[in-house]
Amino acid sequence: MTQYDIIVIGGGPAGMAAAVAAYDSGVKNIAVLDREEDLGGILRQCIHNGFGLHKLGEELTGPEYAARYAQQVAERNIKVYYEAAVTNVTADKIVTVQSREGLLKFQAKAVILAMGCRERSRGALNICGTRPAGIYSAGTAQKLINCEGYMVGKRAVILGSGDIGLIMARRLSLEGAKVEAVCELMPYSGGLTRNIVQCLEDFDIPLYLSTTVAEIHGKGRLEGVTIARVDANRRVMEETKRYIPCDTLLLSVGLIPENELTKCAGIAISALTNGAEVDENRQTKVPGIFACGNVLHVHDLVDYVSDEAEIAGCGAAAFVKGELNANKTISVRAEGGVRYVLPQMVHTDCGHDVSLFMRVAAPTGKVRLVVKIGDAVIAKAVKLKTAPGEMEKITVKADKLAACTGTITVCLEEMA
Amino acid sequence: MIYDVAIVGGGVIGGMVARELTKYNLSLCILEKENDVACGASKANSGIVHGGYDPEPDTLKAKMNTLGVEKLFATAKQLHVPILRNGSMVCAFSAEEDKTVQELYERGLKNNIPNMKTLTGDEAREIEPNLSGEIASVLWVRNAGIVCPYDLTIAAVGNAMDNGAKLFLNFALAKVEKENGLFQVTSANGETVTANYLINCAGCGSDKVAKLCGDDSFTIIPRGGEYLLLDKTEGQRVSHTIFQCPSKEGKGILVSPTVDGNLLTGPTAGVVADPEEKAITQAGIDMVTKLSAKSVPSVQLRNVITSFTGVRSSEKNGDFIIGFSEKCENLLNVAAIDSPGLTACVAIAEYVAELLKNAGVELSENKTFNGNRENPHAFRSMTDEEKDAYIKQHPEYGKIVCRCEGVSEGEIRYALRTNPPARDMDGVKRRTRSGMGRCQGGFCGPYVMKLIAEELGIAKEEVTKNGAGSHMVIGKL
Repeated sequence: MTQYDIIVIGGGPAGMAAAVAAYDSGVKNIAVLDREEDLGGILRQCIHNGFGLHKLGEELTGPEYAARYAQQVAERNIKVYYEAAVTNVTADKIVTVQSREGLLKFQAKAVILAMGCRERSRGALNICGTRPAGIYSAGTAQKLINCEGYMVGKRAVILGSGDIGLIMARRLSLEGAKVEAVCELMPYSGGLTRNIVQCLEDFDIPLYLSTTVAEIHGKGRLEGVTIARVDANRRVMEETKRYIPCDTLLLSVGLIPENELTKCAGIAISALTNGAEVDENRQTKVPGIFACGNVLHVHDLVDYVSDEAEIAGCGAAAFVKGELNANKTISVRAEGGVRYVLPQMVHTDCGHDVSLFMRVAAPTGKVRLVVKIGDAVIAKAVKLKTAPGEMEKITVKADKLAACTGTITVCLEEMA
Repeated sequence: MIYDVAIVGGGVIGGMVARELTKYNLSLCILEKENDVACGASKANSGIVHGGYDPEPDTLKAKMNTLGVEKLFATAKQLHVPILRNGSMVCAFSAEEDKTVQELYERGLKNNIPNMKTLTGDEAREIEPNLSGEIASVLWVRNAGIVCPYDLTIAAVGNAMDNGAKLFLNFALAKVEKENGLFQVTSANGETVTANYLINCAGCGSDKVAKLCGDDSFTIIPRGGEYLLLDKTEGQRVSHTIFQCPSKEGKGILVSPTVDGNLLTGPTAGVVADPEEKAITQAGIDMVTKLSAKSVPSVQLRNVITSFTGVRSSEKNGDFIIGFSEKCENLLNVAAIDSPGLTACVAIAEYVAELLKNAGVELSENKTFNGNRENPHAFRSMTDEEKDAYIKQHPEYGKIVCRCEGVSEGEIRYALRTNPPARDMDGVKRRTRSGMGRCQGGFCGPYVMKLIAEELGIAKEEVTKNGAGSHMVIGKL
């Protein structure tokens, strides 16, 4: 069985940054396994710009951002397996890979999970009506248009105002399709403000909040959808039903971390993040198995994925070198106004500052983000406004952390 | 070319009848109106091998069900169609329903059903711990099972084709004429087929087919059944097929594992106006949601991965209609095959052969008949070592296309080459499970399109979801 010090599963932004960081931390025997024929993951189909502003200080397209990291991988002696789909990972870090070369088995000292996420499908939404052609998840349509060069339809409705849906509203418009509406079930958009401005407002595409697709019509190809407003319990209000003829329906209704392999390794999945629970090194509860990027929790910006992957890469390298010796673990919990916080566990004796990442439960105005241990505040920050679509971050200083016992809580406090 | 027999309808009945008749020296064809076989009721039903306690004694349904169970198990094995004898339980929730359980048990005895037993609720929960605490008694039917209905249909048609039957797709009957005692059957596209005998296995369209032949002796009542299919994470929730007692409110709904490891709940049972309009309704979803929780309260319906509607062909008398038409000579109707039609399909096919024989058709044994079909699922059932060896010989099996179901390029290409070859996205999906998992084709869709275009030698713009008018993309940028 081939041996690697670190195996990184997934060669998207998370996997590439993790592999590079681990290599630069001094562990050289690394393999990256990717199921596609090239590195980059979903970035390869994100041909719009807006990537890298935080991390690289310049504005790049998705493929450009991916290429920067692919270059860094190539410059190091990191083994990359292409079209290599991992079919199993054990807690003992035996990785089974299906590739054109055969069914390969590798033994690793540490594994970094970086499989990314998938889009929620129509089936999971229970939309009424028929099952014609012309219904795509936004990312599938994006791949067909941007990578394969095929147009999916002429007249579209988009359900869900997640970022991919917003980006695709603009993309379809640029390719000459008419986007009739973007419908959002919630009373607020799940996407970044900049995308609402640049992708909808600039193209006069209406965004209907508290609105859903109630019914799908058409036998062969989609012929139209019935949209309707929903009440406070998200139930369709019959009297608001309205028919829109269209041949395409794109769904941008949420991303789900792809944790099937995580479960294979016996790692429990958090109901809050749909990913593993990790510590400040992004190590899961199975020693030597780390996770980062969208497989851990869905990020808003790829820049933060890269940051997180570097933490995981350094963590995995330290694990391989036997340098992860902190052992005073306390848990971190989201409270009032915060939907989840990550990492969920922190070693108080880790000896460095630890940043906490979180998503708020609902949009707010000016609030104070407060990190406490019991009643004592150990970090706080003022936010002029927050939204569930944007990740928030706050850093706890090493000295504050060292003194902690009990449970760290994070909450929002209203400000006058 | 004059066919001895033309079979109308490529569903499980048409497919099994075709396979049965290829055992004899007959020239055969199947006329299917869709772009693939198994597109009607055979695509969307509960997939249950019914024990046989339910039909009224002495009906065709009772006879065919009782005969059919073991015949189906044997045939599925020959065709490499996964079938599992998981047993079923009919649950009573009240003293009144306890009586129904007892009645069903006694009816089962009259129908000669083996291995039945009545259990108390507690006894049932010992065997099936996730059953509701409200369940008072249970009819336990151990000979019952589960099978994938479209897999079975595809295998039956494929095996019939391997043994010489010809399949016509997109052949919707427009006109049937009799000339010199021969059927001249013309499709909506203008294709004509000539045959001595016409066997009407057209499901929900069987009354229309009979009418085209001048037989208006029955009318099909299409009944819609809505289902929810759950992720494999729910597949272990129960091991038996869990029924509810039929009552004034309806027949209840079932909760069952599938042979593929998912969990299936449904169906509703409303009459639908148009059997082609297979729509899901909010009322249906709500009903299935509520009633599945009644039997198995721990079912997590947030793990639904898809919902679908099947349309069954019923008739007012409630029994199968199998026999020669009294209005049209040499027309054999096999109609109104609703539940337990899937269970009975092999028995029905044998019965049809017997009817032909009794009508004077010469049935001489086809010595080259091979009832075994090559296993299309061979790769996925291999051990890791076997897979490794196989991929080294066939590298296309090393490329995973559908990550959710672990389907390789080799398996998809096989489905596009093997009888009856898949011709569209849904056809690939039914044969390989590609696109049937939790992402529902989001990731693999574009790659599957590419493979279909390559194998069929067509442009991607011509690739369809399920035949004419269902194009996936409208053109190049």
